[in-house]
Amino acid sequence: MTATVEAGETTITSGTEVRPVRFHQVGKAFGHGQKAVVALDQVDLDVYAGEFVCLLGASGCGKTTLLNLVAGLDQPTSGRIELSSSRPAVVFQEPALMPWLTAAGNVELPLRMAGVPKAARRAKAAELLELVRLAGLGDKRPHELSGGMRQRVALARALASTTDNTGSGAGKPSLLLMDEPFSALDAITRDVLQGELLRIWRATGTAILFVTHDVREAVRLGQRVVLLSSRPGRVVRQWDVDDLSGAGETDAVDEINAELRKVISSHAAA
Amino acid sequence: MPQPESTGLQDRTADDQYAGSVRAGLDALDTPVNSAQGSLLRRIVGKVLPPIAAIVLLVLVWQLLWAAAFWPEFKLPAPVDVSSQIWQLVTTGKIIELFWVSVHRAVIGFAISLLIAVPLGLAIANITVVRRGIGPLVSGLQSLPSVAWVPAAILWFGLNDRAIYWVVLLGAVPSIANGLVSGLDQVPPILPRVGKALGAGRLGGIRYILLPAALPGFLGGLKQGWAFSWRSLMAAELIATSPDLGEGLGQYLHNGMSLSDISMVFAGVLLIFVVGVGIELLVFRPLENSVLRARGLTRAT
Repeated sequence: MTATVEAGETTITSGTEVRPVRFHQVGKAFGHGQKAVVALDQVDLDVYAGEFVCLLGASGCGKTTLLNLVAGLDQPTSGRIELSSSRPAVVFQEPALMPWLTAAGNVELPLRMAGVPKAARRAKAAELLELVRLAGLGDKRPHELSGGMRQRVALARALASTTDNTGSGAGKPSLLLMDEPFSALDAITRDVLQGELLRIWRATGTAILFVTHDVREAVRLGQRVVLLSSRPGRVVRQWDVDDLSGAGETDAVDEINAELRKVISSHAAA
Repeated sequence: MPQPESTGLQDRTADDQYAGSVRAGLDALDTPVNSAQGSLLRRIVGKVLPPIAAIVLLVLVWQLLWAAAFWPEFKLPAPVDVSSQIWQLVTTGKIIELFWVSVHRAVIGFAISLLIAVPLGLAIANITVVRRGIGPLVSGLQSLPSVAWVPAAILWFGLNDRAIYWVVLLGAVPSIANGLVSGLDQVPPILPRVGKALGAGRLGGIRYILLPAALPGFLGGLKQGWAFSWRSLMAAELIATSPDLGEGLGQYLHNGMSLSDISMVFAGVLLIFVVGVGIELLVFRPLENSVLRARGLTRAT
């Protein structure tokens, strides 16, 4: 039931398809000389248009680093990242909404910085708030919203950042980067938001690169799960988990869990 | 997509509806409830009564001490004498002149300080070399009483407004600049990162993210800057007295001392206090409260 693809040969589909992100032997080290910490080492990874990929790994595996590289918040030390999407939308672990802006103001912020005229901004923000089912709550301040609502505003804001008025992103596939976005939420809110995210993914057709340390979450959400090793982060294995249900899903979770444990325990010996 | 075992279309819509109602219920439960507030009248009374009671108590103690005649009349005036002194200023209209001379100086001095301090604070906060070079200097200036500059200012500029403004600037600029720097330093690092991810350039990041985020700290600096400029002004007016300068509150206080009129001195101190507190209550407190309330940082006031 679980198709396994070994690292290095990512030939799930034919090569002609559009890929918003391609990693070419990407490496990232922090610091110099002997004290340098290698966060990522020779990572090869492609995300296809509209694909939902979950990056899985224990702490210290460079998941967040990898996402920062794609988002352009950091530069790789070796290799290169080929980005053919519009500006990646990023959702962090914390909503990090601007406390001086309303929910709608937060969603409008990236549009404002891109110079989108006011009326268009308003309309776009209303549309995105509708998408995350927060229509009518645009006037609320972040502190008046619950954690789950804040994270939905953050999602709407991230989606707004992919559209700019220059039109340079037009026609390109969109890409959503999410860094453990639900890990700070309580279980039932997380469950609801996972469902919402799947709905939004289907509605928008965006590619998603989703970082998590929760195997169950990765299997539930992703079409493909990529396991990273820790220090240095390398792609260990990939699983195709699309359209799994019932027993298949449980099996996949067990298998990936076992592999993750193996990766973690290998560090105890070192 | 991983779905529950039943994947029939009807089941799925039912599932979605169910999930939707769970989400709606969560939203309803999670939305913070605004605590009910009492009537407007009650809130005003609750706020105004305690300070008034404190003032009444203070005047009462003063009156008792005066009546007990612990100190001679020329050291402790009667509350009535001081209030009649002030009343005289009001009826002759002289109080307007006193206020105008001092307050317009303080406001102009504060405005100039603002123009100098904001670029200075931005430079210190954002440029490492500047921070290392003049950051400690500016912090140090803050603890140097600006009245210490009065003799130098008089020697440089003579007994005129420029000397007074110089002293006010040296009092207010370091406070405002330091307030801005600490405001910027306290911006959570995640916010500029988010800004960058949302497509903010360097200038856009400063304008849309850093400055608004630093506003509460900056307002604190402004408040302190106003207090410093008011104090420095009074010190300067008290020392640098000359007929050319016009009569402000500081000069009035000085005249009281020259005339050995203790009730005039008390009236001067009282008026200086009233202006300082009045500006704080009328300008800075509402500004600060509205900023903090908008961010959910309000404390009980």
